Amino acid sequence: MTFAVRLLAIAALAAGTLGFTATASAQNKVNLGVAIPAATHGFTGGIVWWAGEAKKELEKKYPDLKVTIKTAANAGEQANQLQDLVTANKINALVVFPFESAALTKPVAQVKAKGVYVTVVDRGLTDTSAQDAYVAGDNTAFGKIPAEYLAKALGGKGNIVALRGIATTLDNERMDAFNSVMKNHPDIKLLDAKYGNWNRDDAFKVMQDFLTRFKQIDAVWAADDDMAVGVLKAIDQAKRTDIRIVFGGAGAKGMVKTLIDGKDPRIQANVSYSPKFIYDAIKLTAEARLKNEKLPATTIIPSVLITKENAKQFYFPDSPF
Amino acid sequence: MPPERTDSAAAGTTPRAAWHTRLHGLGPVLGLVLLCIAGTLLNREFATLDNAMNLLTRTAFIGIIAVGMCFVIISGGIDLSVGSMAALIAGCVILFMNAIAASVGSTTLVVALGMGFAVLLGAAFGLAHGLLITKGQIEPFIVTLGTLGIFRAYLTYFSNGGAITLDNTLADAYSPVYYASLLGVPVPVWVFVVVAVIGGLILNRTAYGRYVQAIGSNEQVARYAAVDVDRIKLLTYMLLGMCVGIATLLYVPRLGSASPTTGLLWELEAIAAVIVGGTALKGGAGSITGTVVGAVLLSVISNILNLTSIISVYLNAAVQGFVIIAVAFMQRRRK
Repeated sequence: MTFAVRLLAIAALAAGTLGFTATASAQNKVNLGVAIPAATHGFTGGIVWWAGEAKKELEKKYPDLKVTIKTAANAGEQANQLQDLVTANKINALVVFPFESAALTKPVAQVKAKGVYVTVVDRGLTDTSAQDAYVAGDNTAFGKIPAEYLAKALGGKGNIVALRGIATTLDNERMDAFNSVMKNHPDIKLLDAKYGNWNRDDAFKVMQDFLTRFKQIDAVWAADDDMAVGVLKAIDQAKRTDIRIVFGGAGAKGMVKTLIDGKDPRIQANVSYSPKFIYDAIKLTAEARLKNEKLPATTIIPSVLITKENAKQFYFPDSPF
Repeated sequence: MPPERTDSAAAGTTPRAAWHTRLHGLGPVLGLVLLCIAGTLLNREFATLDNAMNLLTRTAFIGIIAVGMCFVIISGGIDLSVGSMAALIAGCVILFMNAIAASVGSTTLVVALGMGFAVLLGAAFGLAHGLLITKGQIEPFIVTLGTLGIFRAYLTYFSNGGAITLDNTLADAYSPVYYASLLGVPVPVWVFVVVAVIGGLILNRTAYGRYVQAIGSNEQVARYAAVDVDRIKLLTYMLLGMCVGIATLLYVPRLGSASPTTGLLWELEAIAAVIVGGTALKGGAGSITGTVVGAVLLSVISNILNLTSIISVYLNAAVQGFVIIAVAFMQRRRK
């Protein structure tokens, strides 16, 4: 055991010294590291795919650019990868989609302290001085748009159940935005909101139990297209006809296709929150750094309402999501 | 279900001790009854037939896997990979069915072949585990920890991190396997009952079942008694693999897709069901009836939590933890 510890210590020392010798080589050569969550569900699958697309396209276009992508299964692993990117891959620019806001703030700050240009995507860090630029999807709109849509579609009166993702700040932001709209509609009752973990199977179970519990439901805010799949199956199995609208979210290709084809009267609208923003962030960062420029401090990729009219723009048949 | 000997030593004991053993097996049943009363008090809908059927259908996947897991744990082993295995089998079966749909005319035949393929794959994976554990002499914990990662990663690779989805025509032909009912009871529940009864018979009425228990209580002694330990172990892991295959072929028609989140943490739920049901984690003795009750009990907890809003949603996992520990406490063994 002690031998292993000693080995680790030597490795760490070696890594440390390497880190100090790693400085940006030529002025306009960009070695870009990308740290993102591993593909564990539809949305992160989309993130990984779009990051790969960005790498393919940009490396072909710019010979001076090298992109290294790392995917992590949890916050700890991601922190390790950030260290590896700096010490082993010698990156001089980083695009990071942090697993958790608080946990990754310090590790990202350490990368920036080594002189690496840092763009943070989607989940903001708790200390913004740890980043150079911030590119994000719009979580407030992700909750607000469905709430406004449902309130209008129900004529300001009815019963709604909601599903939540995983207990995270991002999920709370969406739920709070949803609730703040519903405050203005006292005749709409939010019967309950339970966690479905952004997972089809869990959403199926939660919806089954909602259907058992509530005899009159007018609309469901499934808050995610994966969860909406489970919700629809549960409704069909129970042969319930009272639910007029199921509102998913994030614009998964299957749901957008259903919207375009008008296959399911309950799927009338969606809200965009495309994993494509990782592609945008990589492209913006790479192109700015190649010219030695900086990005604006904050770039928000807006979430917009998707309806039958504009659904075509949000349909990417090749993406896994 | 045949009457069970919860303890391999119970055969030659006094009637009073045997009575004690029987009482001891009532722990999970008592827990389940108390939970059901609590559930009914909290929400009258809990006691409806529809809710009971939803609940049992949901339990069927974990329950069927838990029956196989029960054998593995009694034999002194463990399998951590069943959730990932289920996910990979689901993905492979969907890909297989989509691929042969064009060349095979009837959808019924495609579905039947797909179902057979699921059980076959499960048996193959179980065989691989068994060989690594017996011939390779690696600890089951390590082998299956390795395959846990391997299986799920390959599913993620096949699906590009998205979902693998069954063709619509096939999905329609396949859906009765999950959604249809026979005499008012959904198909998965029937399959669960049949698997449990067969499991109970194998464990308590066959030489193989006795050997599994013997290996679990003392492998060395079993070897001296001329039990072919390696063969029995191989069969045990294959049996579990087949159970995973059966659970998966019931699971696929539910949503008609497999994604990297399919079957997440099923292994822990299956192991918990077995242990809550009174099987010793160190092996040697266990009961299929207990395992079935344990699996139902775990489903009941989350169902009750969904049917009420008294407890904060943040505490769901805590409630499950408290119940598991309480039930285990009710049936603790004297060392």
